[in-house]
Amino acid sequence: MNRPHSFTEYIFLTAAVCSGLLTAAVFIFLFIFSLPLLQNGQLTDLLLSSWAPDKGMYGIYPMLSTSLTLACLSLAISFPVSLGCSFVITALAPARLRRFLLSMVRLMTGIPTVVYSFAALFLLVPFMRNILGQGSGMCILTAAPVLALLIAPTMIIFFVGSFEKVPRSSTLAVDALGGSEIQKLLYVMIPLAWPGILNGLLLGFGRAMGDTMISLMLAGNSASPLNSLTQSARSLTSHIALVMAFDFDSMEFKSIFVCGLVLYIFTAILMLLLRMSTLCFSGKR
Amino acid sequence: MIRRLIEDALTVLSWAAGLLLTLALLTLAGYLLKKGGSTLGVDLIFGDTAPLDALMLRRQVFDGLFPAMIGTLLLITGSMLIAIPVGIAAGIYMAEYCSGRVKGFFSLLFDILAGVPSIVVGLAGLSLTIFLHRHFSAQISTSLLISCLSLALLVLPYLIRTTQTALESIDPLIRRTAPALGASRLQNIIRVLLPNSISEIVGGIILATGRCAEDTAVIMLTGAVASAGLPRSIFGQYEALPFYIYYISSQYTGPDELARGFGAAILLILICAGLLLIALWMQKRLTTLLLYR
Repeated sequence: MNRPHSFTEYIFLTAAVCSGLLTAAVFIFLFIFSLPLLQNGQLTDLLLSSWAPDKGMYGIYPMLSTSLTLACLSLAISFPVSLGCSFVITALAPARLRRFLLSMVRLMTGIPTVVYSFAALFLLVPFMRNILGQGSGMCILTAAPVLALLIAPTMIIFFVGSFEKVPRSSTLAVDALGGSEIQKLLYVMIPLAWPGILNGLLLGFGRAMGDTMISLMLAGNSASPLNSLTQSARSLTSHIALVMAFDFDSMEFKSIFVCGLVLYIFTAILMLLLRMSTLCFSGKR
Repeated sequence: MIRRLIEDALTVLSWAAGLLLTLALLTLAGYLLKKGGSTLGVDLIFGDTAPLDALMLRRQVFDGLFPAMIGTLLLITGSMLIAIPVGIAAGIYMAEYCSGRVKGFFSLLFDILAGVPSIVVGLAGLSLTIFLHRHFSAQISTSLLISCLSLALLVLPYLIRTTQTALESIDPLIRRTAPALGASRLQNIIRVLLPNSISEIVGGIILATGRCAEDTAVIMLTGAVASAGLPRSIFGQYEALPFYIYYISSQYTGPDELARGFGAAILLILICAGLLLIALWMQKRLTTLLLYR
């Protein structure tokens, strides 16, 4: 029944197979190009040693730690705010305001990241420079709130979606018992929708790790090991964007493919986790 | 008592979070308008050149956004031309023909592709260029075509997913009617299922277009440059709006150029927000339009 019969149906099949192969091809390209560096030493060495091209060390540990710190920090800012916003949109606000806020959040997903970072570069960076009293004002602490603003709409929409999936019978029961909106959220919706919240959090984390423009324009891009949040730092993604200019055959250039490979594997693991948590929780219910 | 306190605190904090987000958005909009609002106008796009001359390609525009806008337009067109047929065909396959483990495997692959950071997609485009450069022709370098291919790869999973979800969410009653009347599977898809889900598919296409228009990371690795004028061919380098904004942020030489950067930022937001609004509007309206023609 499911087998294709006609020429057109084979085209559908080919398109799907090609798209799947492209996903694999991206991995293969990254792997082949980073092979010269991988052959030199262990992958763990590469991941855990520091960046000193003049000494022949092409470790990406500084970028890796920056990326993780930046993503965690922005998630720590963005998660409570997004959860609060999704509470307001789901239950607390009057119907009209709800619809307005939801459209506003949807519209925010359309704002280009380069615009966020462009505005922050001339607004937030001088502000941070004054507060810190030293340096250029470009640091992880500057980039994190902007990144938080970027990932907030993704998380809010996901949270609101998972709250809406809570069966009406449960929410109506609370209404019938005379519970307030916040009680409904706190004691019924969150316990039922928390797998969705977890998935939204994972997605937000992936988005924060993968963003290029904000860390490239706001975090300062120094490749020295990360010591403090107020210091100039370079993420995996901006490392790729920056080393671009080098000679194609140099080891510096090869290292950006290792960064790409790390990001790719990170994404794949994240998606597997998402899938597993979805399967796990949907099986339980 | 303590419960009451927690509930009240949570309510206040939630409202504060909503307010914070709104304020952040208003600050962004206000700041952009204050800095770049005065530049908005015909001059921003065409500079000193007469608009008609520029549009007819009789004279080059040097101090306006016209080349960058044309570059972005070509990028969108090119990548969507590549991505739409493949994406929709693959989406149809996923929804109508694929099942069981194969489907699970494919959707995991597409999820990974959707989640891969855009700079990694750009990197893949770059490695393709280097590969072609080494093994086929030394003349191949980063170009408009490579960028279009990479952007197409970037939005491909969105298109597949939209098509698939749109087809899968069709009412089973509608799905079974045509086959019951003797229509083949393919006829059912083309005559009944696709027209029924066209609004969501088109909505998805427009969202994907917005993604192409805004993405900076892919094009900065695959051929966008600061001053190329209008692209001569699809094998040439080009300018694009998002890249122009990035370039201005670090390389501006004076307040005029900076103001133009803010103007470009407003323009890009307008384009992306406009596309988003059209997509949302489409998803409500288009079905009715097509079903009652």
